[in-house]
Formats: sequence, structure tokens, C-alpha cells
Amino acid sequence: MIMKKNKTFEKNSDRSKYPEQGSDGKNKIDLSSGKYTKVWQGPNHPGVTGNMSLELTLCGDEVVDAKTHVGYLHRGFEKLFERRLYMQVMPTCIRMCVPESDTNEYCFAEAVEELAGIEIPEKAKWLRMLALEMSRLQMLLRVVPGQGGTFGLGIGVQWGMYVRELILDLFEELTGGRIYHMYMLPGGVRGDLPDGFKDRAMKAIDEVYKVAKRIDDVMFTNSVFKKRAIGIGYIEPSWIDKFGIVGANARAAGYNRDVRKDYPYLNYDQLNWEVPVLENSDIYTRARIRWMDMQVTADLIRQILEKIPEKGSFKTPTPNALNWRIPKGETYVRAESSRGEYGYYVVSDGSAYPRRINLRGPSYSHAVALLEKLLINANIADVPGIMVSLQTCPPEIER
Amino acid sequence: MNTTIKNIQSHFEIKDITEQRNNLTFLSIQKEQAVPLVTHLRDYEGFSYFIMLSVVDWIEEGEFQLTYLLNNPEKKIDIGVRTRISRENATMESAHHLWEHVATFQRELKEMYGIDFPGSPRVDEEFILEGWDDIPPMRREFDTKKYSEETYFPRPGSESYDPREYMKNKLYRDDYEEE
Repeated sequence: MIMKKNKTFEKNSDRSKYPEQGSDGKNKIDLSSGKYTKVWQGPNHPGVTGNMSLELTLCGDEVVDAKTHVGYLHRGFEKLFERRLYMQVMPTCIRMCVPESDTNEYCFAEAVEELAGIEIPEKAKWLRMLALEMSRLQMLLRVVPGQGGTFGLGIGVQWGMYVRELILDLFEELTGGRIYHMYMLPGGVRGDLPDGFKDRAMKAIDEVYKVAKRIDDVMFTNSVFKKRAIGIGYIEPSWIDKFGIVGANARAAGYNRDVRKDYPYLNYDQLNWEVPVLENSDIYTRARIRWMDMQVTADLIRQILEKIPEKGSFKTPTPNALNWRIPKGETYVRAESSRGEYGYYVVSDGSAYPRRINLRGPSYSHAVALLEKLLINANIADVPGIMVSLQTCPPEIER
Repeated sequence: MNTTIKNIQSHFEIKDITEQRNNLTFLSIQKEQAVPLVTHLRDYEGFSYFIMLSVVDWIEEGEFQLTYLLNNPEKKIDIGVRTRISRENATMESAHHLWEHVATFQRELKEMYGIDFPGSPRVDEEFILEGWDDIPPMRREFDTKKYSEETYFPRPGSESYDPREYMKNKLYRDDYEEE
């Protein structure tokens, strides 16, 4: 794939018509001078993902300052957890990232099991992997064509949503829920595979490959999309650690980081796949990485379905939920969500209630520090594209 | 991991070390040495990825526990640096100069726990809350239920239960054991 290098910074290299810069390298902005406009993008705006808003200061059509504002979806989950029994945390924690709830289930359940010293059955590990990968897949089916949607290319979104519905049907069959599943409880999972699930899942996965091909034809070869996405929203490789960038955003900048490979959990070390890594680090490359991820995930689901043992228990018995006291201790558990490393820091004081549960989602750095940096010097029309290319999920910022 | 811990011990006074997993270790250190230790880990031990800064409120002991979680992507190991600060006039040295996203964590902790990080960018700006005039809400003495009852009108006809009591009566009546 031949792509142009980022031109955004070169294009804006002449600073004479822009604000003066202070010794800290930041723009000196005087709103009363009449040269600037302040625009609020969101919290209700088609170009903003989820419930957050961007306070943009513009000079002409160029962004000279950007601030992320969150809090529109704050439900105080981490406070509520301190008054919930461990089992009661489960229905609440999944709401910390609405479109991809299963990663929450896994991280919390795994942290409790680690602190309580519980080993889950082999079959439960495979079923958890199935739910995690299905969750990643349905999220990617929204996000990959959604990147085209930010530039007015809506048709891919319709296709993606159709196939996502097929995955949600499978979730409904497996767990009883379409969006919130509460499938992975501490000790294992809630249920076994329904009869004939494997065949139906394989058929749905076939649709993923078909839609991936169509998205490739319509989006990635589209001249308008390429013009809007190549070279825009460039993330310097040196920013990866500086801003705590993970997942597809890091892999599009040449960093091979995937929790499933680097810190294998469940039975991921028994699967065979390559982590997609590209280098151009712009909107186009990040969308392309997610498009590749989508197919890798579909492939992993096929492998998992082949390997799930037919017999065996799927849940280790756990104590009475009302009197379950978790031994004193603390841990950090991570998993690879569609957005990158997703982690739970859990502290137990030995009582029946968690002392502290703290989520670290990828958007905490992507949508605040990184987005505020990336938007400087961007064109106002590129703001939605840049934001969606980071795959931000506001609920995980304001738990 | 052992080499890293030995290297740290030769420079810093580490109080207690907990090996949670073979790739995750927690250690405790004095408040004044916490940020220098985090800096040392970043600059000399390869812990280039800052995962998070978290707080645990130990109200009974009158202290906050700050936990800096760091990751070494090359060796694939994590370290949690724990330090305790007083709940009264809670102040901690800022680490915003080490990673760009640290300032966001510090801003949230100022708002939610009232822990000050002097010099941290935008630390006094509202982050999640808007127009909040009560005590910082994540402190354990903040009573969520009382706040809701005083702030919001009850909806006629709605009932609320204590979840634990409800589960005890409805689900586990027979095998429930008193503590």
C-alpha cells in the first residue's frame, strides 16, 4: 500500500498568520481580538461519538485550541461499587462501556477469581474467548464503516450494522441479551453453547468476510475517502508512550502491541494469528488496521468454535453471593478490547464489598490528552474523522 | 522482575513488596520518594507505559493510598508503586511532566477525592462534575443515598430496596447464614 506522508504539519508551517506562541509552545489566544471563534461540538452532534463535547477555538476554519469535556454520562459507577456485593457489581460494571460490555465482564470476573484463588474450567475459558471475540467483532463492524460515515460515506455503515445484527442474534442465543450479556460471572460463564450454535455462527461469520470485501471496495479505494483520510490526524510514533496510546492507534504507528499476544490470558496462546501492524499512522491507516482486525477476529471465532470442548463443566461453584468475602489484596487485570488495552484495578479489604474498583479504558488518554493534541492545526471539517479514528468511548472516561 | 526490584532497592527505600503474579508486583514507598521512583522506573528500568494513577480511600486510617501502575512493554512486566498520604490537606507531588496523560488522572483525583497536585495543568478545572459544591464525592464519607434523597424528588409509587436485604429475602432465604 503506497500512501502519502502526513502533510498537515507541512501545510501549516507558516505561522505568521496564526496566533503568537508563548515560551511553552502553546498558542496565545485573545478571543476579544475578533480573529477567533469558539465552537462547541457536542454533546449532541452527529460528528461526535457518544456523550462528550469538544470546545474548539477556531482561526478561520483551523482549530487552534481544543478541550475535551466529559461528564454528560457520569453515573458514579465506581462509587456505587463500594456499596455493592461482588456479585452485584456485575450488572453495573458492564455499563462502563455500552457498545462493548464483555471486556468489563471478563476483567472484573478475572480480578475476583485471581484474588479469591479460583480456577475456572477449561470449557469456560473457551466460551469466554468466544464472547470476547464476538464482542470485538460487533464493535468493529460499527467502527470500521463508521469511519467512512464521518466523511459522508454512509452506505458501509448500513452493511456493517446488518452483519452486526447477525452477531447480536448469536449473543441473544448464547446469553439472552443483545447488548448487555452478563455472561462471564466469577467462576466461569452462565451457560453452555445452544444446540446448532456453531453452524449458525459459522454462517454469520461468512457474512463478515463478504461485508469486509464490500467495505474495501467502497471505502478504502474511494478517492474522496482517501483524500480526506490519508495524511490527516497523524500520530507521531514518539507519542505512543508519551500519551499512553494502545490498540489499533498504536499498531497503526508501527508498534506491535496486543494484550492477547503479549500477556496471553484464557487460551489465546493456543490460537494461530498475526497481529496487524502498519506504519503510516493517519486516519486511513487506523481504519485499515481495524478492517484487518475485523477479519482476524472473525478468523479467531472460527478457530474458537472448532476448539470448544463438547463436554465438561462451564462454571466452578462459588460461595453464597451474600457472604462471599474476597481475601485482602489488590490486582490489575487487562484484556484486549477493540480499542486496545482495557484494565481493571481491584482492591479488596477482606470484606464482602470491594474497597475500590477502578477502570482504565483506552479512551482515557485517547479522547482527552491525545485528541486535544491532535486537533491543533486540524481543519474543522476533519474533527469528526480524527475523533472517530481514535475510537473514543466516553463512558469509560467518566465511570 | 527480580532484577528490577533489586535495582530499585539499591536506590530507594522500599517498604513492602507484594508479588501478585509473576508479571505484576506492588511495592510501597514514602510519599516524598514516590515520584522520583516512578521517574527512575521510566528512565532507567524501561517502564515507558504509564497505565494509571488510582486512589484507595483508607478512611479508618486517615490516609489515601495512591497507586501508580507502570508497564514495561519490552519485559512485559507491571509494577504498582503505592504510597500513602494524609486525608487532611491531601497534597501530592505532580507527575504530569513524565507523561502527557498523567495530568488527566490528577485532575480527576482533585475533583473526586480533593487531592491536590500543585502545578499540574488544569488541575483546578472541572473534569466530570459541573457546579459541584459538596465534599469530593468519591471520598468514603460522602453518602450517595443521603445526597440523592436531599437533591432529587421521590417519584410517587416507586419503591427502593436495600439490595442485600432484598436478595437475602427473595433468593437465599434458606441457605443464608448470618455473618
